[in-house]
Amino acid sequence: MDIETALHVAGELAGAIWVTLALAAVTLPLGLIFAGLATWARRSRYRVLRGVASAYVLAFRSVPLLVQIFVLYYGVSQFAWLRASPVWILLKDPFACAVIAMSVCAGAYTAEVMRGGLAAVPQGAIEAARALGLSPFKTFLLVTMPIAIRRALPAYSNEIVVTLKSTSLACTITVMELTGVAKDLMSQTFAVIEVFCMVALIYLMINMVLIFALRLIERWLTPRYQRKPLFAGRGRASSVKQHSVRAAASE
Amino acid sequence: MGSSGSIIDLFAWGGDGWTKPLLIGLGVTMACACIGYALGLVLGLGVAFAKLGQHRWLGAAATLYTTLLRGVPPLLVIFLLFFGTNGALMWVARGFGYTGYIEVDAFTVGVMAVALVSAAYSSEVFRGAHAAIPVGQFEAYTALGLRPLAGLWTVIIPQMFRLALPGLGNVWIMAIKETTLLSVISLAELMRVVGVAGRTTGQPFIFYGVAALIYLVLVAISSRAFHVLEIRMRWA
Repeated sequence: MDIETALHVAGELAGAIWVTLALAAVTLPLGLIFAGLATWARRSRYRVLRGVASAYVLAFRSVPLLVQIFVLYYGVSQFAWLRASPVWILLKDPFACAVIAMSVCAGAYTAEVMRGGLAAVPQGAIEAARALGLSPFKTFLLVTMPIAIRRALPAYSNEIVVTLKSTSLACTITVMELTGVAKDLMSQTFAVIEVFCMVALIYLMINMVLIFALRLIERWLTPRYQRKPLFAGRGRASSVKQHSVRAAASE
Repeated sequence: MGSSGSIIDLFAWGGDGWTKPLLIGLGVTMACACIGYALGLVLGLGVAFAKLGQHRWLGAAATLYTTLLRGVPPLLVIFLLFFGTNGALMWVARGFGYTGYIEVDAFTVGVMAVALVSAAYSSEVFRGAHAAIPVGQFEAYTALGLRPLAGLWTVIIPQMFRLALPGLGNVWIMAIKETTLLSVISLAELMRVVGVAGRTTGQPFIFYGVAALIYLVLVAISSRAFHVLEIRMRWA
């Protein structure tokens, strides 16, 4: 690959990064909202609501995302009454379609993450809050939720990586994000390996930044006395371990 | 066409009906997922032991491999293989003095893509399973006089599979889902057939809906099967 193509490739990719980031930035909050609704419904008093939410989570986790995107983008457009309705403004736009499909799917996966977080809250903490006279709502807001969020964050950072990777599927419905641009560049320049390495590096960098940001949030939510060193390198981790062993021995 | 009664005609067997092409597409999907997954497990086991082993560079290469393939969208891997394998193979062949044109078909590319991605994920599953085996098992086979390789093969790996089963089930479901992406390189698997059917009949919603149902059933059967397997393997 000569300098000229390299610059061309880099320029094209730099433009596409923003599309990928925009897709992820809209999808993740929307997914959280869907997941919150599903989690709320799954813990509801009403059986019908619980059933609907469970069916949603099961169905959208089982069907491949590409099928969901195609149903929404290609499938729904066959109905004339829908094309006449105001919803069509959203559904005729590939970007909006990709965002809707991805966030509904991410919502189903994130609902499972939230369930795991809530299940990890110790029952004693909730009982203690209730015994102190906190109302159920305040108990949830001040005790259950902070603990659940902290417990769910490692799994959620996994989910973020999955969502970021799934934004690549938007290129199948003509949204030219990183992977779509990479495909065009590969077939144009024939510098397949080079383009792949550059795009892979971009994805890995975004992943790393997001995971690190989430680890910061997790640390911020952890009480000070429970915090672990942020950069748990091998040397330091082992010294911490030794220290605690020695402390235990001296007790 | 167009009236609701014609939906039955759409799925008629033979003639213009779509049931037969759909089943053939499903067959291609399953073949691709099965072969890719099987190759992926073998490769994944190798990668896992490369990470666990003493060899430093081998371990670093294995870590790089898993980080890369788990951090990058599978679609990008598919494009790399689709556009890259022909050139790579011809480059290798030229080294052996062969100057003709080599073309790799979409099915091979699909199998390779599924295998590479499954290998990356399953290697992590295997590594976790290896870590979960009690030290006593390693000491036991050494005490019995087994050499490391024999002990690995007869004592450790069978137990690893049992411990890895839930994770491997997830990897299998991921492999099924990944095959849908192969429709973009025009492999005639289920998604591709469904897309063609939707375009020719003008009923894309029904056909994509059918595809969604088929994948739902596939995943449901798979997770059930892995659950049963897990229970049946709880002998030790």
